[in-house]
Amino acid sequence: MLKLLKRLTPSGRLLALVILGFTLTQVWLDLRLIEYMKEITLLVQTAGSPQRDIWLAGGLMLLCALGSITAAIIICLFASRISSSFAKELRSGLFNKVGAFSMEEINRFSTASLITRSTNDITQVQMFLVMGFQLVTRSPIMAAWAITKIAGKGIEWSMVTAGAVLILIIMVLVILVFVVPKFKMMQILTDNLTLIAREHLSGLRVIRAYNAEDYQDAKFEKANTELTNVHLFTSRAMSVMMPMITFIMSGLSLAIYWVGAYLINAADIPERLDIFSDMVVFSSYATRIIMSFLLLVMVFFLLPRASVSAKRINEVLETKPCIIGGNITESDPDKKGEIVFNNVSFKYPDAADYVLQDISFTAKRGETIALIGSTGSGKSTLINLIPRFFDSTQGDITISGINIKHFTLEALNSKIGYVPQKAVMFSGTVSSNIAYGDNGRNAYTEGDIKNAARISEALEFTENMDGGFNAEIAQGGTNISGGQKQRLAIARAICRKPEIYIFDDSFSALDYKTDRVLRSALKKETSDVTCLIVAQRIGTVMDADQIIVLDEGRIAGAGTHRELLQTCGIYREIAASQLSEEELSR
Amino acid sequence: MNNNKPIKHAGRPGGPMSLTIPAEKPKDFKKTLKKLADYCRVYIPAIIVSLVLATAGTVLQIIGPNQMKKLTDEITAALNPLLDFKINMDAVTKIAILLVFFYGGAVILNFIQQFIMATITQRISKNLRTEISRKINRLPFKYFDKVSFGDALSRVTNDVDTIGQTLNQSIGMIVTSFTMFCGALIMMFYNSRILAFSAIASSLLGFILMMLIMKKSQKHFTRQQEELGLINGHIEEIYSGHNIVKAYNGGEAARKTFGEINEKLYRSGWKSQFISGLMMPVMHFTGNLGFVVVCVVGAALAVNGAISFGVIVAFMLYVQLFTQPLSQFAQAAQNLQRTAAAGERVFEFLSEDELEDESKKEKLLENVKGAVEFRNVRFGYNQERTIIHNFSAKAEAGQKIAVVGPTGAGKTTIVNLLMRFYELDEGEILLDGVPLGEAKREEVHEQFCMVLQDTWLFEGTIRENIVYSKENVTEEEVVGACKAAGLHRFIKTLPDGYDTVLSDKSSLSAGQRQLLTIARAMVRNAPLLILDEATSSVDTRTEILIQEAMDKLMKGRTSFVIAHRLSTIKNADLILVMKDGDIIESGRHGELLLQNGFYAELYNSQFESVS
Repeated sequence: MLKLLKRLTPSGRLLALVILGFTLTQVWLDLRLIEYMKEITLLVQTAGSPQRDIWLAGGLMLLCALGSITAAIIICLFASRISSSFAKELRSGLFNKVGAFSMEEINRFSTASLITRSTNDITQVQMFLVMGFQLVTRSPIMAAWAITKIAGKGIEWSMVTAGAVLILIIMVLVILVFVVPKFKMMQILTDNLTLIAREHLSGLRVIRAYNAEDYQDAKFEKANTELTNVHLFTSRAMSVMMPMITFIMSGLSLAIYWVGAYLINAADIPERLDIFSDMVVFSSYATRIIMSFLLLVMVFFLLPRASVSAKRINEVLETKPCIIGGNITESDPDKKGEIVFNNVSFKYPDAADYVLQDISFTAKRGETIALIGSTGSGKSTLINLIPRFFDSTQGDITISGINIKHFTLEALNSKIGYVPQKAVMFSGTVSSNIAYGDNGRNAYTEGDIKNAARISEALEFTENMDGGFNAEIAQGGTNISGGQKQRLAIARAICRKPEIYIFDDSFSALDYKTDRVLRSALKKETSDVTCLIVAQRIGTVMDADQIIVLDEGRIAGAGTHRELLQTCGIYREIAASQLSEEELSR
Repeated sequence: MNNNKPIKHAGRPGGPMSLTIPAEKPKDFKKTLKKLADYCRVYIPAIIVSLVLATAGTVLQIIGPNQMKKLTDEITAALNPLLDFKINMDAVTKIAILLVFFYGGAVILNFIQQFIMATITQRISKNLRTEISRKINRLPFKYFDKVSFGDALSRVTNDVDTIGQTLNQSIGMIVTSFTMFCGALIMMFYNSRILAFSAIASSLLGFILMMLIMKKSQKHFTRQQEELGLINGHIEEIYSGHNIVKAYNGGEAARKTFGEINEKLYRSGWKSQFISGLMMPVMHFTGNLGFVVVCVVGAALAVNGAISFGVIVAFMLYVQLFTQPLSQFAQAAQNLQRTAAAGERVFEFLSEDELEDESKKEKLLENVKGAVEFRNVRFGYNQERTIIHNFSAKAEAGQKIAVVGPTGAGKTTIVNLLMRFYELDEGEILLDGVPLGEAKREEVHEQFCMVLQDTWLFEGTIRENIVYSKENVTEEEVVGACKAAGLHRFIKTLPDGYDTVLSDKSSLSAGQRQLLTIARAMVRNAPLLILDEATSSVDTRTEILIQEAMDKLMKGRTSFVIAHRLSTIKNADLILVMKDGDIIESGRHGELLLQNGFYAELYNSQFESVS
């Protein structure tokens, strides 16, 4: 938490100091208010005091109260401004940081966790700060100051007050020791229950098909009982708290008066009035002290959650992105669109085994290179090296004659039209999704967009949508089908007019027919663009200029369909599983 | 096993923040509370006991200050410097001991009350969770066509949690606050009418201020929530599409949008926080004001001899007792509203239409051979749109029936109808001559093994996943199934073998997961088999392994195979070709090719090369 707070801007720190100043003022006023009570007590107990004096003291008290609330309002204003602006800075800091991350860092944290860190965790920290600015400073100051006010006014009273504080602290400690661990457990058990319920819902078909409803219920019931037991424990334990606090507060007042009676009795007559007024004031101070401790305790209940959040935010902020761009923006026009892999090997950081080893191949301008192989053979990893989602561990990759590490990231990305396996859609319109991003040249025209949609077979369904190209696309593209999303994602790559297409198994969501028509159009209209295709279907790769067969991260064969059928056993195996004898020999 | 979408947990109320969060409003507050009360019927005696205790405890607390008054008066009697009185210590001790009993009694009574309420609330929450979970089993699939899983899930967790947290506080709090309020009022008027009026006036002033703030903060808070929603949506979108944002140089635009929303959020955020944060100072001020008024007015009265000093001491306490319920009322009302809103969603879910009760149906399906007939089947997912029109077909026991068609053609519909996940609109499906609609659903399910594209495994050991709900499965059967599925060797290499727990972290490949579900189907050993795109998520080499395992599974069973790879189903005894939800062609491979219709087009398209 403290580490995170170091990120406060200088003006934020200044404001924090101002808050401290106002807090001191407020506490002083609050305590001063009580002091007037002593005067009033003396006035009341002295026969014949003028009414005017009482009203005067009352007016001053009222001024104190007004001053106190004014100070409190100012504190509140500054506290909310600091914490909101701090949250704003943190949020944009995180967002920009994550934006600079490569896939390696993203995978290390996981997307879901990064989202939680940028949203919930920041809210947690912010909530805590608002509370903290008002309570963390105020309570100890109030407690300490109030103690100095009463110290020396009667050792017996001080002892009683100390005893009350001690009881309070012991009670809170007991709760902290016994209950707080249960709170953590409660979180785990809640997650467990959610997991089972989610399993239940996602597996509904299987569960019903296997008549496993009772099985599932029993499992849920077990988790439910476990959770309920912890809930019962904590909420029962917590039900001691409020009555006890009330008891301590009222008990303390009683004790002070009771002790006071003895003190007054023992004193000489002239001193009695003074002791009495001290007693009245003392009991007010004591109440303030107990209240301060209570509020402080509340902060301690909030702190663990906020500091976990703070730690998680720090982890992200302190991570340095490992992929940084070079400074070249222009490339060799003669070698436009050429991709060369030169002895490229790759392994994930901390992993023992290489995912890719000694990969070398050249793709010339306008060629189609297909990658095929079983799951885990490294196909996707290979193409992820080109847009530098990851960097190769050994070996170099050059595009258009230049090592990709020397390009600025923007220049490199402008050369590539990448389509992932799972199409990504952004909330917006069909148009904004196709014209997404920036290719370093002019903005996309309506014609570009329409043409891209036509080539990717997306024109027909787009025009049938309500609003055509301006039809709304929901976040994640939940309002269109998987095949439609995939076609829009392909249109996005085409619209970019890149030098290289990368299709990571992008055609599998399409049926054979659409797949074929789309690829024909693509080949015809963008014949000078180099094309890298990862595929599962033999039908998709069959007519590539070069097919590279990957097996356990190595190239097991390369050549055309016909060549590979002759030379590569693995390729033949794959082909045989999808095509019949006659089709193989076609 | 599950997706990692973070589930939002409702913030825990109870802290001071709970004051600042406006409660969601239920549609019908009274009705829901009535339902909730109805639901808690068994606990009503206990609730009444607890409320009586709460009232008694509060009364004890209210009598307290009055005794403090007497105590003070005993002391002040000795203050007059003209008369050398000693304090009547016997009287002081008597009063003090009485007070100790009062306060002690209040603690015990309040504790018992809270204990009872906490217990009841947790029991109710548990019952609600159980009922929701049971309800899921009784809901037709149709329900989940319109409601997302996430929605149902949040009712089990968040909504029930909210009920658990708020119900506990609100009921007890309303009763004690009310008693405290009335009691303090009576006692104040009993002691001094003028002082009572002054104290009430000062507290009301604070209360009105609080109400104003609450009202104003609601507006800003809603705005802040909206913008928070926007920014979180944007973050989620950009993070999930990270590779595309990077590859398309979309980062700059994303940062710009983000900056704009962030700035707006800051503006509405600090305002809402400021205004709602005023609550505490105002409460504090109300306390101070009450104190000042009681002191000054009390002193003025005391100087005239209208009241004793003890009355002032008592009022200093009463003012506290009186202002406390005012703010608690507001909080309890909000809590109750939140309870009602959550309760409404839960009860809405619990009252959804259920599947027809079939407990009276007799057992019809025994020693099923596996002959299946579709007779004039008509079906639509909703009333407006019929997708299968008058379909008839027949398959002998042991035959292989394939369902093909392009993506989105509705191939899974056939599974839904066979398994009676959905009911037919017209016509019937007969199994060995018995209409499925006349048999119990469980009985129908018993006749099928099912392997789906979506490999559903749950958190548990490999053995548990394979045996699943079947009883009396021997170790030999499990091992046998795994051997047949080609999994045995792999499982043996795992550190805990068959007892390895499958969790998010265990890295089974898609193929291995699929093989596990095949082993599960083998252990089940039912006469009919459904394979729904069982190999579409694995690569071709793994597919060969799975295909082998599936061939073993198909032996001697009537099987329904849904596939988009046509080479695997050419030898089927019956091919159903689907398009736009309807079955448009049916027959054997050869026949269908001769028809030169949609199937032929589909089949040929996979070999045409791109030119």
